[in-house]
Amino acid sequence: MSPMQNSYLTQSGTRRGLLAWVLSTDHKRIGLLYLVSVLSFYTVGVLLGLLMRLELLTPGKTIVQASTYNAFFTLHGVIMIFLFVIPAIPAIFGNFFLPILIGAKDVAFPRLNLLSWYFYIGGAILVVTALFAGGGPPDTGWTFYVPYSLRSGTNVSLAVFAAFILGFSSILTGLNFVTTIHRMRAPGMRWMKMPLFVWSLYATAWVQILATPIVGITLLLVILERLFGVGLFDPAKGGDPILFEHLFWIYSHPAVYIMILPAMGIITEIIPVFARRTIFGYKAIAYSSIAIAALGSLVWGHHMFVSGQSYTANVIFSLLTFLVAIPSAIKVFNWVATLYKGAIDTAPPFLFALAFIFLFSIGGLTGLIQGALSVNVYVHDTYFVVGHFHYVMFGGTGFAFFGGLHYWFPKMFGRMYSKGRATVALLILFVGFNMLYFSMFLLGLQGMPRRYYDYLPEFHTGHVVATVGSWVLVAGLILMFANLLHALRKGEKAEDNPWGGKTLEWRIASPPPPENFEEVPVITSGAYDYGAR
Amino acid sequence: MFPDAASTFASPVDGAFLFITAICVFMLALITFLMVFFTIKYRRTRHPESENIEGNLLLEIVWTVIPTILVTAMFYYGWIGYREMVNVPEDAITVQATGRMWSWLFEYENGRKSDTLHVPVNRPVWIKLVSVDVLHSFYVPAFRIKKDVVPGVDNSLWFQPDEIGSYDIFCAEYCGTGHSAMLSKVDVMPEKDFQAWLEGAGAPAPLSGKELLKAKGCRGCHSLNGPSLVGPSFRGIFGRREKVMTGGREQEVVIDEAYLRRSMLEPAADVVVGFPPIMPSQKGVLSEEELVAIIEYLKTL
Repeated sequence: MSPMQNSYLTQSGTRRGLLAWVLSTDHKRIGLLYLVSVLSFYTVGVLLGLLMRLELLTPGKTIVQASTYNAFFTLHGVIMIFLFVIPAIPAIFGNFFLPILIGAKDVAFPRLNLLSWYFYIGGAILVVTALFAGGGPPDTGWTFYVPYSLRSGTNVSLAVFAAFILGFSSILTGLNFVTTIHRMRAPGMRWMKMPLFVWSLYATAWVQILATPIVGITLLLVILERLFGVGLFDPAKGGDPILFEHLFWIYSHPAVYIMILPAMGIITEIIPVFARRTIFGYKAIAYSSIAIAALGSLVWGHHMFVSGQSYTANVIFSLLTFLVAIPSAIKVFNWVATLYKGAIDTAPPFLFALAFIFLFSIGGLTGLIQGALSVNVYVHDTYFVVGHFHYVMFGGTGFAFFGGLHYWFPKMFGRMYSKGRATVALLILFVGFNMLYFSMFLLGLQGMPRRYYDYLPEFHTGHVVATVGSWVLVAGLILMFANLLHALRKGEKAEDNPWGGKTLEWRIASPPPPENFEEVPVITSGAYDYGAR
Repeated sequence: MFPDAASTFASPVDGAFLFITAICVFMLALITFLMVFFTIKYRRTRHPESENIEGNLLLEIVWTVIPTILVTAMFYYGWIGYREMVNVPEDAITVQATGRMWSWLFEYENGRKSDTLHVPVNRPVWIKLVSVDVLHSFYVPAFRIKKDVVPGVDNSLWFQPDEIGSYDIFCAEYCGTGHSAMLSKVDVMPEKDFQAWLEGAGAPAPLSGKELLKAKGCRGCHSLNGPSLVGPSFRGIFGRREKVMTGGREQEVVIDEAYLRRSMLEPAADVVVGFPPIMPSQKGVLSEEELVAIIEYLKTL
């Protein structure tokens, strides 16, 4: 490595080596701890997905038994949701950039911040233990629906307890961010001057704090039920399986907004920088984040339209589901309007943002299709839902995460990657992604139920296209990460502000110094003030 | 794109789907076009000086109000189609569908039982859904209907088939190892044929052992030709020596009639080593005659 000035990467403290990282309370170092651990589990999740697609290449057995396949999709879901999508953007980029974006030296509670990483690692270790311990990997699906999750002889209790611990990590991060945003803004950083990524983290943090405890309690009850047969959910003992579904989705639907809101925040940072103009409709975007968080907490019942939930509840949940689409649409329109009369640089982060808008729009619009009651009865629990979910979570949050990685990479590591290779990787990813997941919409409309190890011959074509798509997608991922890893060692030294951004992180050195700012910045202009140059 | 349309729900469901999809495709095309068009038109090499337009209240109102109107219309179309699905006509034929890991059983009011569903064309059918173990979901794509089968909860659904034919029944709610093998068929028949089938000389012709293995879902886990699936293969099973776990202890047994009978009625008693103890008991599912028929058939494999 070339000699760098004093940066958070090279700072010398009282501890050396690995200890200087795993005991650090520096928000940037904690962000990197999360980056390494989250990407490690992402790799495992991708491999499991790849194996699932391989199994589905032919009807009947291709590589594994039904019980193994069921463990694959359970672990793919648990790992991707709890260890990747939920923590990825808030815990990595939120930790790293939130304090810098508001002109602070760190988060409000640095040690709590480190503790939440330990909760994350603790939960992750439990997930891994559940893979190999006695009863075998859990086979319930990531939703842990009762009564099957009460009867399964696999390590369900361990996996559920892991999700419980991971919930603590999420709550503590949310608590930290809310406090930091309220108390640590630099002089002059009024609410309406905050970068919109901060707004999105703020809305997300409230959902994390308010909704996560509900799933925590629910999962504990599942463990109690499994160990002591309490009879809260088990109908054989007078319990109610529908109650579990309500409790589970009261958290898990808002959780998809925990996953997507910060992604929208990243896109909102990228677009004005590469269009080199101010964001269109700042207030509309800020308030729509809050509206999504609020409305998104009231739509959980749309996961239960065919569960036997009452007619009245179904009608209300369907209407609310349609309403939550409006603030998301407002964001998309404002992003597109921000391109109008810009001076657009089509660098990789920007192209990731465009891919995000396209894929997320498909995810959102197919959500409308399922929000309609009569259509939902038809497509519920089919591949249509699987396709929709992956368009939102992978095409949305995943692509925004990759976009953020390419946007902030030079700031985080002080090096620049090959933009050409990054662009090629994005194109491959985009093609593979659509082959893989668009096929799922068509399979779903044909009637293919989800979580099927085996399928009837009429579904074969769709499955073959999806599996080949998964190979293309993984090729894109390998190229993308190889390019970044190469840049980490061999990349050109990055400037402090390679993209011409206006937010505070671009005013400090790349990589940032240990305490971010030599003197506390005073904010006089908005976050996207390209007029006042 | 759609599978067969064979019930009166197909047209409202497909209609709502096409209505919403048409609007969605238009919106997606508009967004994508503008995005790509602006990116090309205002690329920095051609348009180096940007204009800092901070917003436009009128535009914000327009693109809040129009989507609100559109989604309300979508909601309405979905709702009216759904309203029909919850109002069961008074003259509907009642059938009880029982889901278990991993097969379906249909029982008619006159006592007739069948593992495939038979219904008359152009008459409403009311299916009462019963689960004896975990969640299942009764799904017939051709009828555009689905409802979860929840133990302890009286769920039901209805439909009126309008095309004669045979259509797939799937279990759509994950229910364990054999979930994807929990399939059946619904036969939509002319009224006269249905009545004849329903009366079916009182007792239907008993199924052979071979037919029973298929009808009861055994073959989802046990192959006939050698490979191990979820459970051991049936090939050469009679007289085979197997290591089994009995009450936590391993022992070797020779598979005889008594063992086969116990394996069906108390599957957890002696589990073959290397296989998970997940087989559901067939007590109450198989009659004495059916047990005998299956054992006799297994001897021939």
